Amino acid sequence: MSFIQINNLHVHYPVRGGFFNSVIDQVYAVDGISMEFEKGKTYGLVGESGCGKSTTGKAIIGLERITSGSIFYEGENVTNKRRSRKSAFNRDVQMIFQDSHSSLNPRKRVKDIIAEPIRNFLKLTPKEEERKISELLEIVGMPEDAKFKYPHEFSGGQKQRLGIARAIATNPKLIIADEPVSALDLSVQAQVLNFMKDIQNEFRLSYLFISHDLGVVKHMCDHISIMYKGRFVEIGTKYDIYNHPQHIYTKRLLSAIPGGSPIGREKRKRERIRVEQHYKAEHKNYFDENDRVFDLKPISKTHSVAAASISKGGK
Amino acid sequence: MWKTIVRRFLIMIPQLFVLSVIIFVLAKFMPGDPFTGLITPQTDPARIAELQEKAGLHDPVHIQYLRWMGNAFQGDFGLSYTYKRDVAALIGERAMNTFWLSLLSVILLYAIAIPLGILAGRYQNSRLDKAIVLYSFITYAIPTFVLALVFLFLFGYQLEWFPTKGSVEIGYEPGTLRYFWNKFYHILLPAITYAILGTTGIIQYLRSEIIDAKAMDYVRTARSKGIPMRKVYSKHIFRNSLLPIAAFLGFTITGLLGGSIFIETIFGYPGMGQLFVSSISSRDYSVITALVMLFGFLALLGSLLSDIIMSIVDPRIRIE
Amino acid sequence: MKSNELLKIANLSTGFRIKDSFYNAVDGVSLTLKKNEVLAIVGESGCGKSTLATSIMGLYDPHNTRVKGDILFQDKNLAALSDEEMNEIRGGQISIIFQDPLSALNPLMRIGEQIEEGLLYHTKLSKAERKNRALELLEQVGIRQPERIIRQFPHQLSGGMRQRVIIAIAVSCKPKIIIADEPTTALDVTIQAQILDLLIELQAETEAGIILITHDLGVVAEMADRVAVMYAGEIIEEAEVEELFSNPKHPYTRSLFHSIPQLNSNSDRLNVIKGIVPSLVNLPRSGCRFSSRIPWISAEAHEKNPQLHEVAPGHFVRCTCYRNFNLRGKRGGRNYELYTNK
Repeated sequence: MSFIQINNLHVHYPVRGGFFNSVIDQVYAVDGISMEFEKGKTYGLVGESGCGKSTTGKAIIGLERITSGSIFYEGENVTNKRRSRKSAFNRDVQMIFQDSHSSLNPRKRVKDIIAEPIRNFLKLTPKEEERKISELLEIVGMPEDAKFKYPHEFSGGQKQRLGIARAIATNPKLIIADEPVSALDLSVQAQVLNFMKDIQNEFRLSYLFISHDLGVVKHMCDHISIMYKGRFVEIGTKYDIYNHPQHIYTKRLLSAIPGGSPIGREKRKRERIRVEQHYKAEHKNYFDENDRVFDLKPISKTHSVAAASISKGGK
Repeated sequence: MWKTIVRRFLIMIPQLFVLSVIIFVLAKFMPGDPFTGLITPQTDPARIAELQEKAGLHDPVHIQYLRWMGNAFQGDFGLSYTYKRDVAALIGERAMNTFWLSLLSVILLYAIAIPLGILAGRYQNSRLDKAIVLYSFITYAIPTFVLALVFLFLFGYQLEWFPTKGSVEIGYEPGTLRYFWNKFYHILLPAITYAILGTTGIIQYLRSEIIDAKAMDYVRTARSKGIPMRKVYSKHIFRNSLLPIAAFLGFTITGLLGGSIFIETIFGYPGMGQLFVSSISSRDYSVITALVMLFGFLALLGSLLSDIIMSIVDPRIRIE
Repeated sequence: MKSNELLKIANLSTGFRIKDSFYNAVDGVSLTLKKNEVLAIVGESGCGKSTLATSIMGLYDPHNTRVKGDILFQDKNLAALSDEEMNEIRGGQISIIFQDPLSALNPLMRIGEQIEEGLLYHTKLSKAERKNRALELLEQVGIRQPERIIRQFPHQLSGGMRQRVIIAIAVSCKPKIIIADEPTTALDVTIQAQILDLLIELQAETEAGIILITHDLGVVAEMADRVAVMYAGEIIEEAEVEELFSNPKHPYTRSLFHSIPQLNSNSDRLNVIKGIVPSLVNLPRSGCRFSSRIPWISAEAHEKNPQLHEVAPGHFVRCTCYRNFNLRGKRGGRNYELYTNK
């Protein structure tokens, strides 16, 4: 059973213009998406820059105003009280940002950075708080003395782990991770990803993993949503998406990923060109005249695709 | 673009309205009234009340305000009590004086500051740079009135190179070359003083803009094309670094009419700054209110002008 | 230099001044680039790969940088040329493509002007000819409506379009060598694929040698003919691309391969390299520079003065430690608790 449901979420930005600077148009950053989160699962949200994936993450946690749609947490409608201090949703949904450097206040010590959510949500005595911080640092693999240091004294991977320590301080149920490893080197990225998996197993966390990197998403996620212009073009399990992609946009995205080996690159290039041609030829079956993505239609229990007709199916 | 300009002018109306109310209220709070200065022990209080009645000072406040605004709209700011002249004409005459002084000041200011700023940024950390920075700190540290007094004493009274007061000597026919030359002669020393003191901001700003621009990716791209360094500086670095300076131009232009209180007062130059100070000390508040209104309007106009200039020089900014 | 060799770098060291002493970010690198070849330089941030690029181009700050060794191009040693002499070569014979297309173009200059600028100094074309060449170049890099684009400013173009413009600038004078420094890192994958294909197409036309600097082994797999892996300022392995991917030898190269979330593998855990890259100042300058990252390998397994060994034809590996290296030895368990306080 899912514990969070997001129904028909819209985030629109007004475009102002004209003589009286009135609203003349809307930017549909997020244009009607629905998701469900189950405990202990990782949900991938994939798309190219500007598709609305970060806005989705921020809207869920309450950093963006929702134009319409609803969010239910444990059966309760929390759409309008996400940012309230008292709300359980606010405590149980936390976020990790791409740029760990700028998301940690440089003038605060690690101790105070991690303590912030604890002070907001958990009523702990100073002693308990101290113990909790040490515990969190141990979980993210940092020594005690890190407490008294400032963010700039740490490397990129370490800072990202501090960001994670802060996010898990309130024992959240869902962590929204917005490109958590895109700024990191390969070997550091591996550290952070391993670590995210470990704490997931330990605490039965769920992740909403927002990324443009299809390799990382495949490694991390159980369910994947592919996003384009504020809408989902395809959702499904990892297997559905990577082995049976249906939407031309998904296919195009997958064909553009560099291979893991130099062998067969000519073949991959031909395939890429073929998919690209297919993408242009089939465009009207997958997008309406305004280039808007159609509504999702289920093709199996787990797999849905946005297309005018799914009769073509298959490869 | 025209739409935006018209809209900005329309937005100015409520802004000026608020300003006028504030000015009016403050003027009402000022102790005394225009007749206070006329009172002598022999004055008949009934006579003063009569004058006040005649001037409408006993009317309700909002009536007084409307009357003042209505007249102001027709360019009638009343009569200066000290000069016994029409305020608009008085300001107009002073504004022209100030305009010429300010224009020369600003030209000298840019003529000194831009080359120095460019040299300091171009040859960062060189001896030349250090000398320029030192110069700009010294001029920044000297208060205006100190340098003005020193210059006046030295070049005016001791060496007698420059006249020490006024805007033109009596006996010259307006419109003649000699008249013009004499005016120029009068504004030269105050303008130089002003320019020397104002350079710090522009030099420092330009210098740091250039140092920042040198490290920009597009400068690296330009260098990677094999363009001579000299050209990289002139076509990429300087041009882009001068943008923020251009942004201030709007304020500078409208500021030309504001005048400098210190400079004009010390050099005895009959301009707006001096008029402002003297009207405050003599409670000549029809002049004060008119001047404050004018300065407010100029500030708003300056910001609009700056936006327009920015949209012309920076293609990333488009006002529609 | 042999006839098919374009560029020969011999024992190049580039040091930066930090508090009155110089620290080498590139430390004794030797490389050869051949005609019509894509040579990839791979490594993580701080390994010296970008410093290598700026050293070849002479785009460093001469007051705080010290370049030693030879960069032989045609009959000149680029490392010894003055800035004026380098201007003849930069943009004309050797050009560079930078990572971030958002900031690499002058925001106040029209696209056409920025393309024509290089032509002005390297060709004798007239004004009208330069404009025609700019249009031709834009078309060549796959930009439609070039007449419109040359009048536009950078902010009016998308990231992919800007990178195409930068490539057009780079190839405008038909250079012999193109250095591409992370050319697609800032772009989306579909755009990345297009840009990489474009580079290969342009190379086929001009027979230029490409030095591709990247951290992305996927990009290397798609593009490179030969690969040099850099770690802490040194080349630690060099081989033909197929050989390197099928038979990596150096512990660093092998560790890197195992930290990629492979698209086609479902293993749950990724390999993590112990420790962190030592900083320029703290880097030990003798012995195997990777030894601190594989502490379970005994000191005797490393060379005192690690050299490049040819382990197969054209395949070079630095240090002898690769013989005893076994990746499996450190798997399992939590291996991210790798706090070092350097």
